[in-house]
This record gives sequence, C-alpha cells and structure tokens, in this order.
Amino acid sequence: MTASIDAAEVRRRTGELLAAHPPATTDRTDFLKARFDAGLAWVHYPAGLGGLDAPRSLQPVIDAELAAAGAPDNDPRRIGIGLGMAAPTVLGFGTDEQKQRFLRPLWVGEEVWCQLFSEPGAGSDLAALGTRAVRDGEDWVVDGQKVWTSSAHVARWAILIARTDPDLPKHRGISYFICDMTDPGVEVRPLRQITGEAEFNEVFLTGVRIPDSRRLGPVGEGWKVARTTLMNERVSIGGARIPREGGMIGPVSRTWRERPELRTHDLHQRLLTLWVEAEVARLTGERLRQQLVAGHPGPEGSGMKLAFARLNQEISGLEVELLGDGGLLYGDWTMRRPELVDFTGRDAGYRYLRSKGNSIEGGTSEVLLNIVAERVLGLPVEPRNDKDVAWKDLSR
Amino acid sequence: MTALHQPAATPDLLYSETEEDLRSAVRSLLADRADAPTVLARAESDTPYDPRLWQALAAGIGAAGLLVPEKLGGQGASHREAAVVLEEIGRSVAPTPYLTSAVVATATLLALGTEDGPAAELLTGLASGRRVAALAVPFATPPAGATGATVAAADGVLDGTVTAVADAATADVLLVPTPQGLYAVEAAADTVTVDPLVPLDLTRPLATVILSGATGTPLATGEAAADAVRRGLLAGAGLLASEQLGLAEWCLTETVRYTRERHQFNRPVGSFQSLKHRMAQLWLEVVSARAAARNAADALATGSPDVPLAVAVAQAYCSKVAVRAAEECVQLHGGIGMTWEHPAHLYLKRAKADSIAYGTAGSHRAAVAELAELPAP
Ligand SMILES: Cc1cc2nc3c(=O)[nH]c(=O)nc-3n(C[C@H](O)[C@H](O)[C@H](O)COP(=O)(O)OP(=O)(O)OC[C@H]3O[C@@H](n4cnc5c(N)ncnc54)[C@H](O)[C@@H]3O)c2cc1C
Repeated sequence: MTASIDAAEVRRRTGELLAAHPPATTDRTDFLKARFDAGLAWVHYPAGLGGLDAPRSLQPVIDAELAAAGAPDNDPRRIGIGLGMAAPTVLGFGTDEQKQRFLRPLWVGEEVWCQLFSEPGAGSDLAALGTRAVRDGEDWVVDGQKVWTSSAHVARWAILIARTDPDLPKHRGISYFICDMTDPGVEVRPLRQITGEAEFNEVFLTGVRIPDSRRLGPVGEGWKVARTTLMNERVSIGGARIPREGGMIGPVSRTWRERPELRTHDLHQRLLTLWVEAEVARLTGERLRQQLVAGHPGPEGSGMKLAFARLNQEISGLEVELLGDGGLLYGDWTMRRPELVDFTGRDAGYRYLRSKGNSIEGGTSEVLLNIVAERVLGLPVEPRNDKDVAWKDLSR
Repeated sequence: MTALHQPAATPDLLYSETEEDLRSAVRSLLADRADAPTVLARAESDTPYDPRLWQALAAGIGAAGLLVPEKLGGQGASHREAAVVLEEIGRSVAPTPYLTSAVVATATLLALGTEDGPAAELLTGLASGRRVAALAVPFATPPAGATGATVAAADGVLDGTVTAVADAATADVLLVPTPQGLYAVEAAADTVTVDPLVPLDLTRPLATVILSGATGTPLATGEAAADAVRRGLLAGAGLLASEQLGLAEWCLTETVRYTRERHQFNRPVGSFQSLKHRMAQLWLEVVSARAAARNAADALATGSPDVPLAVAVAQAYCSKVAVRAAEECVQLHGGIGMTWEHPAHLYLKRAKADSIAYGTAGSHRAAVAELAELPAP
C-alpha cells in the first residue's frame, strides 16, 4: 500500500484524467485505455497494471467521480469472467510478460475471456477432470472436451485447466493455461439450454498447441491456481449498490400494483414474504460492501450467491403464477447466442427458467453450503477416499 | 414504488468501535452474572430479575440511559448502542427489564419531547437505572396497535385491566395509555394490582395490571399521546430484532460447537452433510438478520423517515430466524436438547415469545404491504 494515496489524491488524479480526456469528445476505448494507464481501473492493482497499489476501498470514490462526469464504463457484465476470474489469477500467478500482455485489453474490454473448467465428467468434482495436456518441446498439446462454457463464442482467451500427470492423485496432476480461442483445434459448438438459447457452449480441444509461456503457475500446481480463480468467482459479487426493489422483486411488485385483477390472498402472503427477504438480501449485500470498504471483508460473500439464487428462483416462480393466463406464454423460443444474461429486459418465463442456473453455475448451492459449513463454521469435512489415489485409478 | 419509499440516506450497517467496546463490557458482565445455570435458577425463583445485575448493567455500564440525552442524566447515545446491548442480552437470555424499561418506556417518554415536568423527571430516574418503568400494553401489541381502550381515565383517576404486560411486576412506574391520554402510575399504589402470570418465556415475567381508581399523572393527551406510544413500540419492535439476532447467534454457535464434538457412527455428527447444510443455511439467515436488525437500529437512531418500513422488515424477518435457530438448536442437540438442565429450552422459549412480542411477523408483513404499496386483494 502506498501511504500517500488517499481519497483526495485519487480524486485529484481522476480530475486530471477527465481534463486530459473529456468523455464527451474522447473515443470510448481511448478513454478506457487512458484510465487504465492512469492507474484508475482497479486501484488496488500494482502501478503500471491499471492500479496504484492503493486501498481497494478507494475504487468507489473513483467510480462515483467518473459516473458523475458521464465517463464510459468497460461494460463489466460483458467481460465478467475476465474481470472476476482471469484477472486476479493472472495477477496472482502470471509472469511479468503475461501481466503486461493480458491485463490491459482484458480490463478495457477489447478481449473477452471465458473459463474452460467444467467437463462432462467433472463438474462439482472439478479436480477429476480428464482433458490432457502433454509436453512437446516448447509447447503443450491439449486434447479433451469442456462443457457449459459461457461466452466461448465471443471469447478471445480462455483460462483452462488440464491434466499433466495422470499418475498423481487428482489434485496434484493438474496445470493451468491460458488458451487462445482462435487457435487451430479449438472448436466451439453452441449448447442450447433450457431457455431455448445458447449462452453457453461445448468446447472441443483437439491437438491444440499452447506455448509453455502461456502456463500460469508451476507444472502440477494448477489446482492451487484454480482455487484462486474459484474463490474470486464466488466473491465477485458486485460492489454496486442496488436500490430497494432493484432485483427481480421489482417487476413482480410493479405487476402487483398495476394489475389488481391478478391479486389473490395466497399470492399476497408469498409476495410479502419474498419482498421482505429481497429487502433483507439487499441490506446484507450493502453490509458486505460496507465491510469491504472499511477493509474488513466478511465471510458473508460466500453466502450471498446462495441467497440470491434461491430468491431469484422463488420470485420468478411466483411471478409466472401471478400472471395467470399470461404465465402460460413464453416470449420467444428462437435459438440465439446472446453475449450476456439479461434478466431485466426479458419476460417472467425467461426469468423463471434462466434463474434455475443461478444455483448451478459457479458452484452449485449444495457445494456452496458445504463450503460455508466447513470454511466459515469450521464443521468437519466428510471422510473422503479420493485424495491419495492416482487419478488414473479412480473409478469413473 | 414511489421515491418516497427509497431510503433517503444509505444506512450505516457496521458496528463502531464505541459499540464494540460497549458490547465487550456488557458481554463480560453477563458472562459473570447471567450464565445459564444462574439464569435458570433465577427463572425458578420468586424474583426473576437480579437487582444487582440490573444495577451493574444500568448504572455501572450506563446502559439504561443510552437513549436519554445527557442533560436528563443519560448517555446521549442512540438506538444503535442500545441494539448492541440487546444483542448481548439475547445471547445470554439474561433476565432484565432492559427492553421494556430502557427502550420502550424510555422511547415513549422521549417522544413526548418535554425538557422538564413529570416526563423529564421520569426519564432522569430511568436513565440512572434507579427506577424501572413499563408501558402498560399487552406484550403482543404491534407498533400501530395500542388503543388503551381497556382503561378509562376520568379527572386523572384510572380504572381498567391490561393483560399480559411484560415486566409489570418489576416496574416502579407504569405508563398507561387510555383513550383520554397517557398517564404515569406508581406501581406500588394500593389502587394498583399486578397479578403475575405464568409465562412461556421463563426469563421475561408477564402480569395482568388492574387499576382500581388509581391516580395517574397526565403526560400527554390526544394525538401526542398516541404518537408517543406508537414510537415507543416502534423502538421496541425495531430493537427486539437485535435481541433476536443475539439469541439466534448463540443457538448457531452452540450447535456448531456441540455437533463438532458429539460422535455417532464413529464420526462427529457435524460431519454429516444434512446437518452441515442446515447449519450453513442458518448461518446465512443469521448474517441476513444482522443486516436487517442493524438497518432498523440505524433508522431509529437517525430518525429516518424509513423507520416504519425498516422496523417492519426487521421484525418480519428476524423473529422467524430466532425461532428457527432455537428449534434447530434443540433438534441437533438430540436428547440433551430436551432436558431442563441444558439451556437450549430457555432460548426456544424466549425466541417463541419474542416472535409474538410487539407484533407477529404476519402483522409486520401487513405493515410492509401498506408501506410498500402492495395492497391485499
Ligand atoms: C448457466 C451455466 C453457465 C456455466 N458456465 C460455465 C463456464 O463458463 N465455465 C465452466 O467451466 N463451467 C460453467 N458452468 C458449469 C458449472 O460450473 C457446473 O455445472 C457446476 O459446477 C456443477 O457441475 P455439474 O453440472 O457437473 O453437476 P454435478 O457435479 O454432476 O452435480 C449434480 C448434482 O449433485 C450435487 N452434488 C455434487 N457434488 C455434491 C456434493 N459433494 N455434495 C452435495 N451435493 C453434490 C450437485 O449440487 C447437483 O445438484 C456453467 C453452468 C451453468 C448452469
């Protein structure tokens, strides 16, 4: 931490940035690059890599000043995997060259990232994965299949984990790579999902050559690196404040107010219970944010995903019922390949179906409950029989 | 939802250093004077409240006067600090009239806004902890529900009966709402009978108050009186959420501790996934209850226009969490959880009684329906 950087100092630097690159007359990408170079992208990152080595709590100060000045943002929803998962991993385990090469285009949004982790045979038990990476001179040759890969169809880069030693127990024979999605042998096939569209994909890797210079962390230490990624994935709950009725409870409350003919007593009780729970979840998120800003991040982060998954599902389910005849209809089953998930711009049926994924993507609710029980509450782990057996000898 | 319903300012949901200091002081006092065997022994005695404990809490730590301005002998602190005291009281199910006297009666008197006269004098007594007051309404009364209709006042003489008043038996002064106004009545007067009831919650005495020509000192009339009572009950309901939070936290912590140690089937029972998930789920509810309770305390402390909604949300949420935490505590302790010696039952009884106190979750949801403009069919 640089002691001299405080709120006044980042305000001064933000003012300088705005003066040198007035948002009204500056190209969006040029502005974002200048912001990165000024160290105002993620202020807690090192100088030269988009930050100032300053306390993380100063970021909201910068964001507020820039928002007030009408500055463009880097569309964080579109590049969520890059920001939330790839960046902290590259920062934590990358070489200087890797950090220089990848972080700026990632943050600016010129390069979208995806996550090649899950496989048909390895989801919750991710360390069981079977995609192979075999050393060949200065390269690794990768063969295998990944699945449920969000944004693979728009991504330039991927974080990839693959098995480099099948003779070791499953956690120890994995290495971590950065995969170029435009390389020969990478094939992305849309995987149509419950909503009718294909937001995620199957990815087939056939003889893909990845130079050793794109390995992250030591050979065989990929699981340790992946844990950093997964931890960040679960904690990457937005620092953004949501207003009251800001989430899914908003549309259903508005429908309730505008269409009295739909109201029943049963739905009323359920709506009020969920309204209260949504308000409490909003406050819990706000409390978490305040803890982060005060420099004492609480363990609440691991729980918020659980809370929102359940609430989104219950609220959208209620909304479909409230709509009655309308709930029998669905907006559009056309197969599309959207760039991002859009909950607010869509109808209740879509919300109902898409929110089913909230308790599966990024770790299922069951697995998250295990994590809370063991890491937050300190409850004992269940006895396991897969830790010391070579991966190739595990039953599959 | 109109702009009116958005909170005007972002609430401060954290604890300040002063609040943490206060918490440690209260916690160590309660650990000394109100451990579970002591609480149980007290609950079975004729004097459920330990006057020495009350003196140490009220006067020694100055907790009784937290809401009272310094010029009336109080600490000039706020609901935020009082909420922290209540978290600790919930954590230990300590038998004290803190909620009823230092919060509800005190907030009622403060709402009258007088700098001298009988209300101010009463406040000075309450702030020092020398005197204890109770608002003479049924403990189940929700913030908007006090009518005073069961007591009639004529020329300052009061007649009538109020049922199930919390802490009436230990109060020196009763604040009695009537359709004619709010009166202060000395509890020791011959014209006042306080009949103790057998409470579900052994740690909070209830009594029927019978007034037979009792002399009342008038404190306020008309809308001022009704408003003061409403504000006293709002403070009570809002800060009760903090008591519920502390109670739920104790239940979770104890259950985690116990299930880590207790072995069945050659492993700690806390390693079974169905139990782990239940405790993890409860943890999530407890951290959510903390945000709701802090929000209500902060709204009360800052006098935010958001108070009614913040209180209704906190009560609609926290009372369920406390009851569930206590029920899970009993269940996951197995047979020992059903015994009289183990403290779990004290928590379950307090939690269940608290879920009725100052309005049930259902009545608070009805308040939410009105405040958030989500009307019934
Ligand atoms: C919309 C969406 C987007 C996704 N995007 C990506 C992506 O971009 N990149 C990527 O790599 N992956 C992605 N995933 C995959 C996701 O991470 C996995 O689906 C998830 O980790 C679960 O794995 P699984 O599907 O194999 O289910 P399984 O692990 O087979 O689980 C089946 C059931 O068993 C339960 N279960 C499993 N293990 C345990 C246990 N130990 N205790 C209790 N219950 C257990 C699960 O909770 C679940 O209910 C995405 C998934 C979805 C739905």
